[in-house]
Amino acid sequence: MREKVIVVEDVVTRFGKNVVHDGVSFSIGRGEIYGLLGGSGSGKSTLLREMIMLQRFDKGEIYVLGKRLRGISSADAESLRRRWGVLFQFGALFSSLSVLENVGVTLREYTDLPRSVIDEIAQTKLKMVGLPPKAAALYPSELSGGMKKRVGLARALAMDPELLFLDEPTSGLDPASAEAFDRLIVELRNMLGLTVVMVTHDLDTIKHALDRFIILHNKKVLIEGTYEEAVGYEHYAIRDFFKIEG
Amino acid sequence: MKRRSLRASLEIEETSPESIVLRLKGDWTRDYAGSAVRQLDRFCKRSDIGSSSVMFDFSEVDSIDSAGMVLIVKSINRLVKKGCTVAVDNATEEQERLLVFHRKNFRAKKISSKAGDSLGISSLIFGKVIDYLRGIGDFLVFVGELSHYLFMTILKPGTLRVRAIVKHVELSGVKALPIVSLTSFLVGLVVAYQGAEQLQKFGANIFIVEMVSISVFRELAPMITAIVIAGRSASAYTAEIGTMKITEEVDAMRTMGFEPVVFLVIPRMLALMISLPLIVFFADMVGVFGGMIIADLHLDISFTEFIDRMHAEVPLKHIVIGLIKAPVFGMVIAAIGCFRGFQVEGSTDSIGNYTTISVVNAIFWVIALNALFSVILTEIGI
Repeated sequence: MREKVIVVEDVVTRFGKNVVHDGVSFSIGRGEIYGLLGGSGSGKSTLLREMIMLQRFDKGEIYVLGKRLRGISSADAESLRRRWGVLFQFGALFSSLSVLENVGVTLREYTDLPRSVIDEIAQTKLKMVGLPPKAAALYPSELSGGMKKRVGLARALAMDPELLFLDEPTSGLDPASAEAFDRLIVELRNMLGLTVVMVTHDLDTIKHALDRFIILHNKKVLIEGTYEEAVGYEHYAIRDFFKIEG
Repeated sequence: MKRRSLRASLEIEETSPESIVLRLKGDWTRDYAGSAVRQLDRFCKRSDIGSSSVMFDFSEVDSIDSAGMVLIVKSINRLVKKGCTVAVDNATEEQERLLVFHRKNFRAKKISSKAGDSLGISSLIFGKVIDYLRGIGDFLVFVGELSHYLFMTILKPGTLRVRAIVKHVELSGVKALPIVSLTSFLVGLVVAYQGAEQLQKFGANIFIVEMVSISVFRELAPMITAIVIAGRSASAYTAEIGTMKITEEVDAMRTMGFEPVVFLVIPRMLALMISLPLIVFFADMVGVFGGMIIADLHLDISFTEFIDRMHAEVPLKHIVIGLIKAPVFGMVIAAIGCFRGFQVEGSTDSIGNYTTISVVNAIFWVIALNALFSVILTEIGI
């Protein structure tokens, strides 16, 4: 049994009267690429936001890297935030900073490395995610959607996180770029030993990049497992989700 | 688990001039590697290591991350360039793998500076002038569009967005009443207070009525109101329209055939043109009331005396002039606020920039127009 990096136990989330999660449980092992799937409005993004402490949940427990999120001390929260990287759906790059500054911003804030070294680390991360050198001087408003995502990924990798959270990493990319992005994630996992948690809709990503996933349906976890396991499971929601005919 | 954390350091062991061992020690992580940067740098700059073979010994490295790897890869590249033979010894399998990965992905800092950075001061000034002229041109185009659609709306009054106008009258007009009345009250109070001292010296107490009423009706109330509204609404309009531009709402409207000028600008403009005269009238009353209080307290002129005197001596034209200026101010404030909103482009920064510009412009033009009105009206003898 692998070490558990994230454990989610019986999480209940309500927005007013609207129940989003009603007893959601699963766990993610170290080094896995794990997917949170489900139809629109099934609460998968909410679940991701709960794991990264952007959203509170009503009942249940979430443990990330051994820390209990409910009632976490601010010092623990601080150290957790430095051990994970988050890629938002549209990059969420700081528009007043150049690409290079965006990637180096956490290093500049948290370490005393010289500026030139930080710039080189940032450039190296940019190369890892496949961006050309001239992109470094650009500002976010001058980037395409796909480039924004790559810069966002480079920024998420800046602090060498153990855990990487991705919100719909391939949405809005053309098929070739999406495939390249999937390969990049798998390569980074293999190279850097990351654990990756992602929300996605992309069938190719689900087939080729994810090790395991859950499908959220009707406020609960419908199934947890691999693609092969899920396809074998007879349920209309799963057939709909994977667009299986018949 | 408490782990000893050691700052990164470097031990140089020269067995012979031809063979040098660099023993890396401690934590080569982003938090601790900073201390080794200069040591490494100094070593790489040495001139006597031209053709040596340099060995990086990893055996005493406690931990290493990408920051450390980048430092080492950078040194390796510099040494290789000098003609050294570089090797790595005693690295764990994982360190080896990370090193290969970072060597593959290493990129030196150099970033191509954007064209235009090195241009001389003359072209800088030239560029600013061109930008400024283009700004004026854009504004004229905007005013042209606005007049066109305003004219169209007059031809077909059915297309007027009445609900939107009412909404903006409430947001920009009704909700501004408390702050406008407070400022206007204080201004009336202060004018009367300062005037009272001087008038008392001449025994001309009763002239406080003309002084306060005329200055408030004709100049102060319209100006104060317009300045407050410029600060409140010009900024709001720029920020609203600017945000809509960034989120592509304005583009979406265009594709659906909703002309942004008709849907966004005209309602705001008409709302200000309707509400400003009303607010100015309100400010007139509150401002004069402030003066009446001072007249009562300091000059023993009762409220009834004050009002009687005002009725007898202050012509109606002063109030009318103030009320005629108000819609003009409203039009200018709305036009500037909306125009600057449409200029927003690209990033969230730009919203802040243009909001600032819009408020400064709006206040400036209110004051400038007021001066113009003052001169023209005095010249033609009103």
